[in-house]
Amino acid sequence: MSTCDAFIIGGSAGSLDVLLKVLPEIRPDLPFPIIIVIHRKHGADSLLPDLLSSRTKLIVKEADEKEKIVAGTIYIAPSDYHLLIEMDRTFSLDYSEKVNYSRPAIDVTFQTAAEAYKNKLVCLLLSGSNADGVKGLKTVKAWAGKAVIQDPDSAQVAYMPEQAKKHVEIDRILRIEDVAEFINLLR
Amino acid sequence: MELPVVNDEQVEILLSDLLEQYGYDFTGYSRASLKRRIIRLYSLDKALSFAEFRYKVNNDPAYFKRFVEQITVNVTEMFRDPQFFKTLRETVLPKLGTYPFIRIWLAGCSTGEEAYSISIVLKELNLLHKSLIYATDLNPSVLEKAAQGMFALGQMKQYSENYIAAGGTMDFSGYYSANYSLAKFDDELRRKIIFSTHNLVSDHSFNEFQLILCRNVLIYFDRDLQNNVLELFDESLEDLGYLALGTKETIDFSPVNKKYKRLPAHKIWRKVS
Repeated sequence: MSTCDAFIIGGSAGSLDVLLKVLPEIRPDLPFPIIIVIHRKHGADSLLPDLLSSRTKLIVKEADEKEKIVAGTIYIAPSDYHLLIEMDRTFSLDYSEKVNYSRPAIDVTFQTAAEAYKNKLVCLLLSGSNADGVKGLKTVKAWAGKAVIQDPDSAQVAYMPEQAKKHVEIDRILRIEDVAEFINLLR
Repeated sequence: MELPVVNDEQVEILLSDLLEQYGYDFTGYSRASLKRRIIRLYSLDKALSFAEFRYKVNNDPAYFKRFVEQITVNVTEMFRDPQFFKTLRETVLPKLGTYPFIRIWLAGCSTGEEAYSISIVLKELNLLHKSLIYATDLNPSVLEKAAQGMFALGQMKQYSENYIAAGGTMDFSGYYSANYSLAKFDDELRRKIIFSTHNLVSDHSFNEFQLILCRNVLIYFDRDLQNNVLELFDESLEDLGYLALGTKETIDFSPVNKKYKRLPAHKIWRKVS
């Protein structure tokens, strides 16, 4: 029986470096999808998927609305939209108010995914300078999913994982060099 | 309280109430966004219980109005996606400029920022005098705001940057007068806009247009409703007319797509047959 049907990564300032280090180490036969929500400036779009795509054999693409979420694919939240997960495990996009000064907001994706995936969800919060994602992790826990954070000591900006550590019962704290192995061992 | 205060079943109850009581059909809306907004309103208004919340929606017309306004997304800005407006200015509108009269439908116009943006571009292309913009939304209250043509003064810096990035060369601040914290846009821009209610879910085609814009509305609809709305647009669009959607929207999944040719690199389609 699987324990992970989706792995979602949220991050802000200082998280791109982590992704660039981790992605090349991810097994190419990944049995679940990875969904990435990181804060970035609106505008110069499609650069992030290309950048991440160059570091992995897995398919990397921007999430499209109504798209079915499938294993072995890395989805990236498009800039300037919130990315939501429907109960039938498809994506929805939403151009509503910013949350935590952010769109996409990590909280929105974590919260909607929490109910769709329940105990088959693992969420990882990386480096960042605001508390986006913390409420989301609480919801994930309430639906019996797992909350994982980057070790604040290893984060370029410790605030985001620190806030999560303070307010949420965290299942695992990972140093950068342990992230890929943690993901690869999930089933 | 980390578990949602309104569950899926209760969302469906509210949606069928809206349909039965008021004839507003939200059943074709994507649920994740709708549910999130209902929960947001429930918390914002500090509802005491679901029963009380539901009672107010069903029995208090003013609250019903607020409910519809709050569960739909009304976030918009002037010259959002400047590249899009640049293409309107440089490619689409000049083509339409050869017609004796230009009819434009802006569907889901919300508080009107896009309507005024289009009006500005038409004016600069010297086409405004022979154009008419039908700006519609299902919410009467956002249309009232739109008709006033007043937007937060604090937004003007951003809008001015968007305007320049969209190929605007005039002094943007020349289009409005500052009044306390508001920027009031010139009546001249407003004169060629007709603000009117229209519900894409239940209302029919009401005219033929050469350009239909509906950006960031279809993302809230499920596939069936998206297809119905695209058919409505197709019925309402003249041959060789243009249909413009949001950055993340497409007609690819709709049967009407065979009649359209996409402008490369843009979410603009031209009706070719």
